[in-house]
Amino acid sequence: MQNYNVYVPRLVTKKDTFVPGHRACIGCGEALAVRLACKALGQNVIIASATGCMEIVSSPLPTTSWKVPWIHTLFENAAAVASGIESGLKMLMKKGRIAEQEITVVAMAGDGGTSDIGIQALSGAMERGHNFLYLCFDNEAYMNTGIQRSSATPFGASTTTSPAGKQSIGQASWKKNMPAIAAAHNIPYVATACPSYPFDLIEKVEKGAKTPGPAYVHILSVCPTGWRCPTDLTVRMGRLAVETGIFPLYEVENGQYKLNFDFPELRPVTDYMKLQGRFRHLSEDLLVKIQQRVTADYASLKEKASDDEK
Amino acid sequence: MAKKVGMEVSVAIGEAVKLANADVVAAYPITPQTHIVEHLAELVADGELDAAYIPVESEHSAMSACLGSAAVGARTFTATAGQGLELMHEVLYVASSMRLPLVMTVANRALSSPLSVWGDHSDVMAVRDTGWIQLFTENGQEVVDNVFCAFRIAEDRKVLLPVMVHLDGFHLSHVIEPIVFPEQSAVDRFLPTNKYPLPLHPDKPVTMGDFAPPIIYSEAKWAQEVNLRASKEIILQTWQEFGKAFGRHYSPVESYKTEDAKVLLLTMGSFSETAMTVIDKLRGEGRKVGLVRFRLWRPFPFEEFRQAVRDAETLIVVDRALSFGGPGGPVCSEVKSALYDEAKKPKVVSFVAGLGGRDITPAGFETIINKGIEIAQKGSPNEFEIFGVRD
Ligand SMILES: Cc1ncc(C[n+]2csc(CCOP(=O)(O)OP(=O)(O)O)c2C)c(N)n1
Ligand code: SF4
Ligand SMILES: [Mg+2]
Repeated sequence: MQNYNVYVPRLVTKKDTFVPGHRACIGCGEALAVRLACKALGQNVIIASATGCMEIVSSPLPTTSWKVPWIHTLFENAAAVASGIESGLKMLMKKGRIAEQEITVVAMAGDGGTSDIGIQALSGAMERGHNFLYLCFDNEAYMNTGIQRSSATPFGASTTTSPAGKQSIGQASWKKNMPAIAAAHNIPYVATACPSYPFDLIEKVEKGAKTPGPAYVHILSVCPTGWRCPTDLTVRMGRLAVETGIFPLYEVENGQYKLNFDFPELRPVTDYMKLQGRFRHLSEDLLVKIQQRVTADYASLKEKASDDEK
Repeated sequence: MAKKVGMEVSVAIGEAVKLANADVVAAYPITPQTHIVEHLAELVADGELDAAYIPVESEHSAMSACLGSAAVGARTFTATAGQGLELMHEVLYVASSMRLPLVMTVANRALSSPLSVWGDHSDVMAVRDTGWIQLFTENGQEVVDNVFCAFRIAEDRKVLLPVMVHLDGFHLSHVIEPIVFPEQSAVDRFLPTNKYPLPLHPDKPVTMGDFAPPIIYSEAKWAQEVNLRASKEIILQTWQEFGKAFGRHYSPVESYKTEDAKVLLLTMGSFSETAMTVIDKLRGEGRKVGLVRFRLWRPFPFEEFRQAVRDAETLIVVDRALSFGGPGGPVCSEVKSALYDEAKKPKVVSFVAGLGGRDITPAGFETIINKGIEIAQKGSPNEFEIFGVRD
């Protein structure tokens, strides 16, 4: 562990472009994810952000947390704005109005801005083949507006618009598989990541940035405020999501699935769920049902990955 | 040498955008605007226009892509109509509030439901307050000329605002007219390269589109208002320069045979040309009538308008849109408020006509004028008159 402390800072740049002073909650996994992603992206980048927690916490006039060019316009259009940026840069370089250089164009949004209201703009931009990287910071609900459910909210989670109650188990539908939807666009690079695995996250963002054409990285971002879990457990919670198989870390490169972290034995989902207030109401039956689903989904992902490795 | 050619107005707009050297076109098809973006796609495909053409999946994304492209400093164009303009609605506010220069032609179309692909001004009036500079045109030449002017106005360092150029769907977008196209070199002289002062670029990082707490939001909005009002000066200058360079002259409020006129008709868009023929006829009969039209709709040309109508006794306003449950014609209610405090002002009568592509014939305009005069004298129980509707 001591060695680790000496070694790690040399691997990761100390330079931040998403800088302190922003107003994210204590223990915010999304802010951590954005910070790590920005380390990976470096200076030659233009970011188009959707409305959501990360936009609100980072840009109250007249301050900013961004040391790279950054634009926010609306909630559902980050991918479309990015396609305009990419096309504009391409033409200006072609016509010699700005110097020829690599500039990574990034669109970023939450799970709501990605899998619900922004899915059309994202699908269009991926289909058209723009050279850009899309980062989805998935905290599994509309956090900015007060913990409302999204299509990325997990089954059984209690949110303010899928509250648990006498007649309700909380969110009654299963989490939308956004990475699979991105992969279905046959784009060259899709990956899942989590800031609890910082090197993996940084590598994937770098890879996505270097990929010519559209790339999509889906980042699980623990939100202690919305998940009702202790703020000092953010990193642990992300690890548990991966170790239980609830949020597996994998890549889809040119259609080939690759599981990045495999576990001979997954931890029970309750190791993860019991620590979070949003699942507190769930009955044993429902926990069993969730366990079955996670086990099955993980197995089918593993099969895809091993088929592709053959 | 400038050349005159017979051409469909939509196609002519494409040619104008080519002459203007647009860098990025992001657009989505909708009748009656489609021919504009089809022609642009063709020009790009044939290598005649060196631009990126983004065939977006919706108008919301068309305007969003335009934001991105304008923010990096590219000359940006799009076109839309009716439902498309409505789908862009929230994005329109962002374009003007973030001071992103871009140009959009709008082939004005009615709004659903019932579905109508035909022309009226319901779409424009719904985006009246979005902070864009808005120009109306009456024929193909005016559209082409004003596309050049629009880019120059939008990109002027003192303006930096998006500009809409309105043309009537079908009645103008689909007609073939003789149009004079200037030489490329003349357009280049008139329209310098776009130099957006603070583009998104890694060399000089900027944060655009922050969120504003109450302590600063009002200031931001007031600055925007001051800026839009001030743009009028540049608009006037640009038209003057255009007149000098190309010999065709434009002004915020256009008057036709208004000297000594007791009765004025007020129209906007291509129907004005029909109205002119009626004015000619009535003048032939010795009647003192004239016509005024708004060319500049935003910023509203208060002084020019008051000046243009001051000496008339009656002003008959023809709107091609309805403000449901309100005062009827949106143009007329603005006209009335612009005149309210004037000591000397005409009596104003409001007509709504020509909805969803319904024609107003010369005989129709004559009826409107006669009935308008009668209402001005005798009064009416109605806020406004709807013209030509079967019971
Ligand atoms: C068109 C539109 N609808 C609704 C909203 C309100 N709104 C702003 S952010 C947001 C939720 C954001 O959720 P998500 O994308 O998951 O990001 P998070 O805040 O969770 O990071 C909502 C509903 C909006 N700004 N615009
Ligand atoms: S609500 Fe959640 S995602 Fe938003 S800033 Fe707080 S911890 Fe982060
Ligand atoms: Mg969210």
